[in-house]
Order: sequence, then C-alpha cells, then structure tokens
Amino acid sequence: MRVKSKTKQTVIKNKRISAEKIKSQLPLFMMTLPGIIITFMFAYMPMFGIILAFKKINLRQGIFGSDWYGLKNFSYLFKSNDAYIMIRNTICYNLTFIVVGAVLGVALAIGLSILRNKRTSKVFQTVFIMPHFLSMIIVSYLVLAFLNMENGFLNRVITMVFGGDPVNWYVEPKWWPFILIFVNFWKEMGFGSIIYLSAISGIDMQLYEAASIDGASGWQKIWHITLPMLKTIVCIQIILGVGSLFGGDFGLFYQVPMDSGALSEVTTTIPVYVYKNITAGGPRALGLASATSFIQSVTGCALVIFANAVVRKLDSDSSLF
Amino acid sequence: MLAEKKSNLILNIIFAIMFVVTVFPILLTISISLTDSRAIMDHGYSIWPETFSTEAYRYIFKTPETILRAYAVTIFVTVVGATLSTLIISLYSYALSRKDFKGRKVLTFYVFITMLFNGGTVAWYIVCTSLYHLSNTVWSMILPYLMNTWYIIIMRTFFQTSVPVSIIESGKLDGAGEWRIFFELVIPIAVPGIATIALFQTLNYWNDWWLPIMFIVKPELYNLQFLLQRMMQNIQQLNENAKYMANASEQLMNVPTDGARMALCIVAMGPILIVYPFFQKYFIQGLTIGSIKG
Repeated sequence: MRVKSKTKQTVIKNKRISAEKIKSQLPLFMMTLPGIIITFMFAYMPMFGIILAFKKINLRQGIFGSDWYGLKNFSYLFKSNDAYIMIRNTICYNLTFIVVGAVLGVALAIGLSILRNKRTSKVFQTVFIMPHFLSMIIVSYLVLAFLNMENGFLNRVITMVFGGDPVNWYVEPKWWPFILIFVNFWKEMGFGSIIYLSAISGIDMQLYEAASIDGASGWQKIWHITLPMLKTIVCIQIILGVGSLFGGDFGLFYQVPMDSGALSEVTTTIPVYVYKNITAGGPRALGLASATSFIQSVTGCALVIFANAVVRKLDSDSSLF
Repeated sequence: MLAEKKSNLILNIIFAIMFVVTVFPILLTISISLTDSRAIMDHGYSIWPETFSTEAYRYIFKTPETILRAYAVTIFVTVVGATLSTLIISLYSYALSRKDFKGRKVLTFYVFITMLFNGGTVAWYIVCTSLYHLSNTVWSMILPYLMNTWYIIIMRTFFQTSVPVSIIESGKLDGAGEWRIFFELVIPIAVPGIATIALFQTLNYWNDWWLPIMFIVKPELYNLQFLLQRMMQNIQQLNENAKYMANASEQLMNVPTDGARMALCIVAMGPILIVYPFFQKYFIQGLTIGSIKG
C-alpha cells in the first residue's frame, strides 16, 4: 500500500517536472519556428516534387495531379544529344573547379601567410576577395568590355599590337572553356582562400620554430607542417564541392557567354539546360527539365555521401559527418 | 612563418600581377563609362578615356524613373530580406547552440538534410509559382533566401564558442526569459558573427538576379541586376534581328551606347565597391571563428 502511494507521488512529481521542462523548452522552440517553416516551404515541399520526373507535367493539375509517365522523360532526355553534351560539360568544368580550386586556394593562402609585410598581405587579400561580391551580371559586363567584337579591349590589342584579325568571341566555342575557367578563378579564388588562410593562422607557431631549429627549409616547413595541418579543411571543402559536380554555377555558364546560341556546345551545363527548358515551358520541355533535375539531385546527394565515406575511411577526423 | 627575402620578392611580384589582373576589368569598365561615345567608335575601349565625358551618366539619368525604380526595388528587397533572414538565422542557430535545448539534434539534422538533397529547380519553381503564387510579387525576391544552412552552421559554432554558458545561467538566475536573454545578453556578445551574416545576406540580396529571372515579368518590379540583364538581352536581340527588320537602324539608334551600358553597370556595383573594404575585416573575423569545425 505504502509502496504504491510512493510511486504515485513520484509519477506526479515527474509529470510536474516534464511540464516545467516543456515550458522551459518552449521559448527556444519558438525561436526555431520561423526557420522551420521557411525551410519546410522552400526546401521540403519541393522534395516531394522530385516525383515530377516520373510524371507528364501539367501545370494546371499540379505536382500530385499530373499523370504518371514512367521513365518516358528520361528516355526522351537520353535519346537527344543534349544529355551527353551537358553532362560532359558539367562534370569537366566542375571537376576542374574543385581540384584546381583547392590547389590554387591553398597556394594563395600559404603565399599570403608568409609575406613579410603584413600590411601589403592584407591589401592583396582584400583585393583578391572583392570579385566574389560582384554579381555574375556585372561580371558578364566586365567580360564584354574585353570581348566585344567591335570595340572590345582584346580585339583592340590583337589588331593594334599584334596586327591580327579581330575575333568574334561570342560565336567561337573553342576559346570558351578557357575563358569560363579563367573567369571562375578570377572571381572565386581569393574568397576560396579565406578558409585556408584562417586555418593557417590557427597553426601553432612553435611547430615552425622547432622545425627551424632542426634546420628545415621553407619548403620543408610548408610540406611537413602547413599542408598536413590543412588536410582536414581541404577534405571538407572537397566533399562539399563534389556535391555540385552535377550542378554548379548557373550564372557563369548562362550570363557570362550572354546566352549565345553559337556557344551552347561548350556552355550548356545541367543548370543551364534545366533553366532553358523551364522557360521554354510545355509538358515536354518541363519533363526534360525535371528528369535532368532528378539526376542532378540524386547524384549530388549520392556523391557527397560517397565522398564523405571515402574520406572517413582514409582519415576519420577529416570527414564532414 | 615568413618567407626568405628572395622568395618574398618573387611572391610580391606574383601578387602584384594578380592585383592588376583583378582590378583591371573594373578600371576598364569605369574608363569606358567615362569615354565620349565618338572616341569609343573611333578607337575602341581603352584603359584611359581618350576623350573624357560624363555623357553616358547624363544619358542614363535623363529618364531616371526606370533606374530609380530598380534602385528602390533593390534597396527594399535588400533591407527587408537581410534583416529578416539575419534575425531568423540567428534565432535558429542560437537555439541549436544551446546544449540544454532538447530539439537541437533533430533540428540540426532538419537543416543539414537540405544541404545534401533538394527537389531540383523544376519542383521548386512549380511549388513557388502554383502553390505560393509568388510570380510577380516583391516577396518572390525575399522569401526563398531567408534560410541558409551554411550560415546556420557558421552561426551555431559562433554562438557556441563566443557566448559563455555562465552568462545565460546568470540571466536565468535573474529571472530573465529566453527571449530577453537572447536580445539583451547574447546579441551584444555575438555582434561580429551576426554582422557577418547580415553582410553576406545584404550582398546576396543586392546581387540577386536569379529570383527575378525566375519569377518577375512586370518591368516595375525589376531590380538593378535584372534591369542590367534585360537590357543586355534586348540589345542582343535587336542586333540579331537587325538584318531582318526594315526599321532596324532606327531602333538601333535608340539603343544605349556602350558607355551608357557600362555606366549602368558601375551604378549597380558602385555601392558594393565602396562599402566592401570597410566590412572586409569584420567578416573575416566572423568567418574565422564560425568555421572552426565544431
């Protein structure tokens, strides 16, 4: 009898505690509520839309009302030549951006960190980061200042200095892989180095001093101290970058070439193709776009998980999750 | 560690070249915008105006309604968007940073998933247009960018490392509620982090053309970036159609000159170039603290 009443009391006590707990947790939960709602609206709702890839899209019937279409969207996509071109372009460009970007970013960060004059180092850094904050539209205007057929700076140099013939840049696909890669690094290299630079500034100076006492040269110190210390952060950047292997920057490939049809062979990447088909409208084009979107989302997700698993296997500290 | 004298010199030379490469396109654009249109026709673009003229700027401000309107849209979207998103992101990441918050694991996962997987552009577009009816509203240029997983992770780490638990505890002992603790005790300490996010979001909204290109058709809702994009596209189309149109030359006469185009470009990027150096130190500090793996 006594035992029973005792347990009853503790139950009541527990209930009171949990009620208080909920009350104390409520404000913190309320703080997250706007974020929860926005994320649900703009990230989770579209996730249900992934099934659109298997439907004959009819805008009036919406995502769930449209009729099922099996794999027809995909078979149309792969019957066209577009699929090969855009997947090739997307992978080649993004792979270059990820790999060369990591190398350049680390090199730039090391270079800036070992400059003797800290003030010039800061000035360089400020200037190198700046292009990141210009929109791709602005960048496309800056590029036009160089590549304009009649008045552009490059044609002027070609004709006046070298006596060559002006190039009609916006219809000559062969130059564009180089132009786009250059523009990408012009814009993003400095910003990409910030994270490495901050990691370098966190390295214990005593390590370098100890190495100096042992007679290590500058290169040896970079090779044996700086680079190993950057390994984790480089791995994380690469894992994150791999997620965009099938996506990447839309503006670079759409705005900078001015959407020139003559260049589409080297500028059509997955995001560009998706955008063009959305604006084209109609069930057929939307079907192609959503099938492409599907490939992009699923491969992107799989690649991040795969890259993370590989890194975790090699070195568990360097993985993202 | 510092470079030896000789490698230091080589590094300085390399960086000086990169400095010129980075700045040159912007200087060239400024120069074009300040060159007399006849000088451009005769000599092409050059890094120093052959005949100095402010004609391009006078031209674009001759009928200022379009530009001022676009400025107004950009400023409204930037101010409202950056303020709201900084608030939402800070609140969310502050709750995640609290070890005693029961929902932190689930809610971290909730935003982390969106970084790994998304429904794709088509589904996102259809949801926004046919479910939320965002087309041709100013909200279409604000709402989609309010949350950002990346900034949430940075801010959570920032709160964890820079706000001592003891301050929150002392606030509780004084009987302050969670909201008061957040606004009166936490925010003042977290200013560098919050300013970083605010700056990034300001720039993201200011520079955005992706949302207008998806949702905006009405000219009165064009923002600056979109106005620039539309203008270029129209010129491109006119040039392409010029061969087939009888009155093409007449229409081409009304096309803004190269100088006017570049002037508009300078007008759109000007505020960023001016404000950026002042904030640069701030955001590097904020990013550095926030991005330590935690």
